Amino acid sequence: MADTATRPAAPAPTPAAVRAPVRRSPTAPPRSFVWTRRIVLSLLGVFTATPVYVMLSSSLKPLDDVTGSFRWFPSNLTVQPYIDIWDTVPLARYFLNSLIVAGAATVCSVVIAVFAAYAVSRYRFRGRRVFTVTILSTQMFPGILFLLPLFLIFVNIGNTTGIALYGSRGALILTYLTFTLPFSVWMLIGYFDSIPKDLDEAALVDGCGPLGALFRVVVPAAIPGIVAVAVYSFMTAWGEVLFASVMTNGTTRTLAIGLQGYATQTQVYWNQVMAASLVASVPVVAGFLLLQRYLVAGLTAGAVK
Amino acid sequence: MTTLDTPRAGSPAPPPPEPPRTRRARLRVPARVRRAGLPYLLLLPALLLELLIHLVPMGVGIVMSFKELTQQYIRTWGDAPWSGLDNFRVAVDFDAPVGEALLRSFGVTCAFTVLAVGLAWLLGVTAAVLMQENFRGRGLLRALFLTPYALPVYAAVITWSFMLQRDNGLVNHVVHEQLGLTDSPPFWLIGDNSFFALVVVAVWRTWPFAFLILMAALQNIPRELYEAAQVDGAGIWQQVRRITLPSLRPVNQVLVLVLFLWTFNDFNVPYLLFGKAAPESADLISIHIYQSSFVTWDFGAGSAMSVLLLLFLLLVTAVYLLVTSRGRKHDG
Repeated sequence: MADTATRPAAPAPTPAAVRAPVRRSPTAPPRSFVWTRRIVLSLLGVFTATPVYVMLSSSLKPLDDVTGSFRWFPSNLTVQPYIDIWDTVPLARYFLNSLIVAGAATVCSVVIAVFAAYAVSRYRFRGRRVFTVTILSTQMFPGILFLLPLFLIFVNIGNTTGIALYGSRGALILTYLTFTLPFSVWMLIGYFDSIPKDLDEAALVDGCGPLGALFRVVVPAAIPGIVAVAVYSFMTAWGEVLFASVMTNGTTRTLAIGLQGYATQTQVYWNQVMAASLVASVPVVAGFLLLQRYLVAGLTAGAVK
Repeated sequence: MTTLDTPRAGSPAPPPPEPPRTRRARLRVPARVRRAGLPYLLLLPALLLELLIHLVPMGVGIVMSFKELTQQYIRTWGDAPWSGLDNFRVAVDFDAPVGEALLRSFGVTCAFTVLAVGLAWLLGVTAAVLMQENFRGRGLLRALFLTPYALPVYAAVITWSFMLQRDNGLVNHVVHEQLGLTDSPPFWLIGDNSFFALVVVAVWRTWPFAFLILMAALQNIPRELYEAAQVDGAGIWQQVRRITLPSLRPVNQVLVLVLFLWTFNDFNVPYLLFGKAAPESADLISIHIYQSSFVTWDFGAGSAMSVLLLLFLLLVTAVYLLVTSRGRKHDG
């Protein structure tokens, strides 16, 4: 991008340059293009931003504003919903549950994936292809496929051994690994492959063991990729709904399910729903936007190539 | 980089290898075996977990689909009687209620997937191409466009369900009250309209992913191509048609497959929008299986449907990969 900006608009008016008007240089695209761009991107911007605006503005409205006909602006601005959300449902507990479950799933899958990806990226061994194909293919299976058997397995383990897996955070973390682990392994293989092998071979020659090479050379060099994978895993686990809807109970419920508590038999506290949604979104959106560059690079290193 | 300095900073290279060698000799496993075993050792945790969370459940799922696994056997599913192919027979008997509902749900899912993937892809390509060159506010717009993807799905979809409420939602406020397009405020979350509501929400949610991937792919197109085209007198629209779009082809092939799999299997958006029982017009397959299993507690039937779904996905993926890889060979 930078070199196009500094490129001169047009060379001296030789015959060739006369034929190619100045307008066509990338720094000054033709009006038709500029106007198409303005219109299309504005429409897309409105489409994208509307729900975000509704979430934000509704969270600052008094209850009367959200139960009656829709209002674009609050009749009077209030932060009361942000105070009430913590009492209407045990939001703090749901928050903590989400944090524990998503955090543990992320840490487990990234740590395990680092070892696995290192093996796949640096060694040639029998079954390597089978392993990568299995990892890739489990990513395409729908969660519903694993939900029924895992549910039955947990219920049955509970019945035969008395270990209450079903409804526990541990069981939920385990089910979250069904999608965070394959993703982490797959992405880290791509990332490790992009680190020159000479680097860790040099470390091996210098007397590091394979683990030394991994932790002193490969992992430090792959930090952006590891961060990207961790953030992405955390985001998906934080937003997970299917397993949480079946595998949690009153004390282990995550935000995904807990937010449904603002709808009572008689009334939906939409302003509180929106406030709680915003509170639940802030950590991941902030993380995403802060680490956007790493994330994009990490995601596409695996996906594009 | 600091790691590269350590050998230089530390004592000379020869001494360190000495002690390990003697220690290695004591618990002597041949070095070749040790080296050969190392990758498996590194893989061991991942393999064990893979077995625990994917392979065993899939095996159990397949076994379940051959059992009569109704409510009374949930707690002791090992005792559930075998039913052979009964579950599958019921699932594909399109004249009976169960099969008919499954077929309808499958049709809805296919229509939904084609529409949602097509639109999401179109928006993603459009935005990525239009934002390839730098302009004022590009970074900000890019962050905005990625927001739907960053938001937790429940927060986003709950907001949409608020906007789609019949009496107090934004959509009817605009469509009915401000623009006066309808005589009475339409329902969006029940009845036939819910299909379109579902498509819009799904597109809103997925197009940023297409945008993200395509933006990255555009950065890999060599600038020289555009410069050469300019020298040859090609306008910007021609450049888009002749350089940008063809260069995206390999990425598009992967992207469309991924979008297809996600959209086809989507559970979150319909579940959050409609709850456990979706309206008929928006009864996606994963919701249908969920409902068949957890509402009527017939796990055998649910498993049989899951297995059928899996077979279908494998088939589509295989055919797709075959077709696209053949196309690629022709190109080369």
